[in-house]
Amino acid sequence: MIKNSFLRTFSLGVKSLLLHKLRSGLTTLGMLFGVSSVVAMLAIGEGASKEAQEQIKRLGSNNIILRSVKPLEESNSNQTTRVSVYGLTDADFDRIEETYPWVKDVVPVRVLQQEVRFGERAINPRVLATTDTYQEVTGREVLEGRFLTNLDVETVANVCVLGYEIARYLFPFKSPLNERIKIGADYFTVVGVMLPRVPIGEANQAAPGEEVTGEVILPMTTGRKWFGDMQVKIRAGSRDMEQVDLHEIIVGVDRSENVPAAAAAAREMLDRTHRDRDYEIIVPLELLLREQETKRIFKIVLASIAGISLLVGGIGIMNVMLATVTERTREIGVRRALGAKKKHIVMQFLVETVVLSVGGGVLGIALGLAIPEVVAYYTDMAPVVTPAAPILAFAISVGTGLLFGMYPAWRAANMDPVEALRHE
Amino acid sequence: MDDTSTAVAAPAAPAASEKRAVAELRNVARVYRMGDNEVRALDDVSCKFREGEYWAIMGSSGSGKSTMLNLLGCIDRPTGGEYFVSGTPVSSLDDDALSELRGKHIGFIFQSFNLIPQLNVLENILVPRFYLDDPGSGLEEKARGIAERVGLGSRIDHKPRELSGGQQQRVAIARALINDPSLLLADEATGNLDTQTTEEILQLFDELHRDGMTILLVTHEDEVGSRAEQVMRLKDGNIESITRNR
Repeated sequence: MIKNSFLRTFSLGVKSLLLHKLRSGLTTLGMLFGVSSVVAMLAIGEGASKEAQEQIKRLGSNNIILRSVKPLEESNSNQTTRVSVYGLTDADFDRIEETYPWVKDVVPVRVLQQEVRFGERAINPRVLATTDTYQEVTGREVLEGRFLTNLDVETVANVCVLGYEIARYLFPFKSPLNERIKIGADYFTVVGVMLPRVPIGEANQAAPGEEVTGEVILPMTTGRKWFGDMQVKIRAGSRDMEQVDLHEIIVGVDRSENVPAAAAAAREMLDRTHRDRDYEIIVPLELLLREQETKRIFKIVLASIAGISLLVGGIGIMNVMLATVTERTREIGVRRALGAKKKHIVMQFLVETVVLSVGGGVLGIALGLAIPEVVAYYTDMAPVVTPAAPILAFAISVGTGLLFGMYPAWRAANMDPVEALRHE
Repeated sequence: MDDTSTAVAAPAAPAASEKRAVAELRNVARVYRMGDNEVRALDDVSCKFREGEYWAIMGSSGSGKSTMLNLLGCIDRPTGGEYFVSGTPVSSLDDDALSELRGKHIGFIFQSFNLIPQLNVLENILVPRFYLDDPGSGLEEKARGIAERVGLGSRIDHKPRELSGGQQQRVAIARALINDPSLLLADEATGNLDTQTTEEILQLFDELHRDGMTILLVTHEDEVGSRAEQVMRLKDGNIESITRNR
């Protein structure tokens, strides 16, 4: 019986709303846009922040990355051949490795500009010369074969590991393992292929401090042996010679609490020997925290916008319901005379507001789920719809209906039946 | 018209004048306060309406008949004295109980029909039923039966706006009857109808009366009032006269 009486109240509410189709429709629209904006903004915000956070995490949140930066040149540009010596040195590396108790691993990285060739296919990727600890510190994984070993470094072996994209490019139809590829002027045996940093098939974008995909990795010692410390860039009319010991030092810190202190210590140490600031320090953890702060602010902004739009929608509903109550004063009087209790009248009008707001809410969720799809189609953003968003939006729309319907319904129920019956 | 006892009364019912009182006013007053002024719409009224009686309450405007109707219909409360519906003192009831009492014991018929436009005839008839705590079952058949009885028959699925005034009033009468009330209260029930339709509706009241229904007509038209068994005339908030037509 309870179920029946609810159904009856519900169908009466719908019938009453259908008496004024345009009015009900417009009121629903207010709710629709409020709810859809909440769902869409949540999805887009979640997507943006997830992407940024993943890029940062890929750098390793327990790492500090020290990177050589070419200092600003004094413009004596008449010279055709310039030699610039800058950046992190082997001495820096040794000092960091020896000095700090929190340091778990220190990985040296040199970046070489060399052509990589297999048969007719050639490419100019980043060629990294590093040690076997690189894999552990960066958390990269091997797809097939193996990573460099300590033995490779000690024996100055002519081996290399390919990034996934490079392997795909050079060896479209077969496994590159044990093939010999040409780097610069020398031949190297491929011993492994790395997994890409993002799952295969997803768009990849460079995060702050992260290098674009695809590299070739060889042992540090081998790199030194074949390619030396000097790198030559030929530009229009001039030759730039660069001498850099290490392009990057990746410092793996034992615990994330120690990261800020380690970063400060490293900065202090390097400042002593590098007067002209030819290095930068990238702390992914700081970036991550900053990103989380951004996300928090975004959420506050979102909550305010959502709150305001739902408030506006709710006021719209309340306004319409007050008009409806006034318009139906006589009906209320009649119903009271026929035996309706106050709770019956309250229910009748509450059901109407909830139908309006939930109707708008459901349509709004549908629209709100469609908007991220459109955004994803026209931009390269990847909005993430969390299940919480539609549930939250639905709950909010029901809540808005109840909250803003309460007063009109209360007013209707507390009318004096005599007065209400006399109302024209 | 004096053999009503056979249709209504309990087996051992005595003579008509000693039947159970459906509604009783005991020194009832209703005072409105408007600023500093007091308006005594009902001054000091005592009377009994017994089961099966057919009354007309008449008076000019301002005589207190609307106030009396509101009190009798339990949508208003007296400010003095006591009103009993089937023996229950109204002042002892809270709003919910009073609503329940209205639904169970009072059948309202209004001058302007006051049907609910978004519902069809059948649904309109059933409105008072669904406000009861336990509406019971077999309602649709019952509503159809009553619609048949008041002469609506085939129009059960129509919306009120598709009906003539007389038909709408029949729906309203059917609605008033759905809960088997002890008292039918009609407020100028024929005021919006033409002469012929008025006659039809009054005949319907006659039939209901014959079947034992207690009816109170509030009217200012003498022709309508003359159809009732007894006429109460109000003046300035007091009973001026009670006359028996037959």
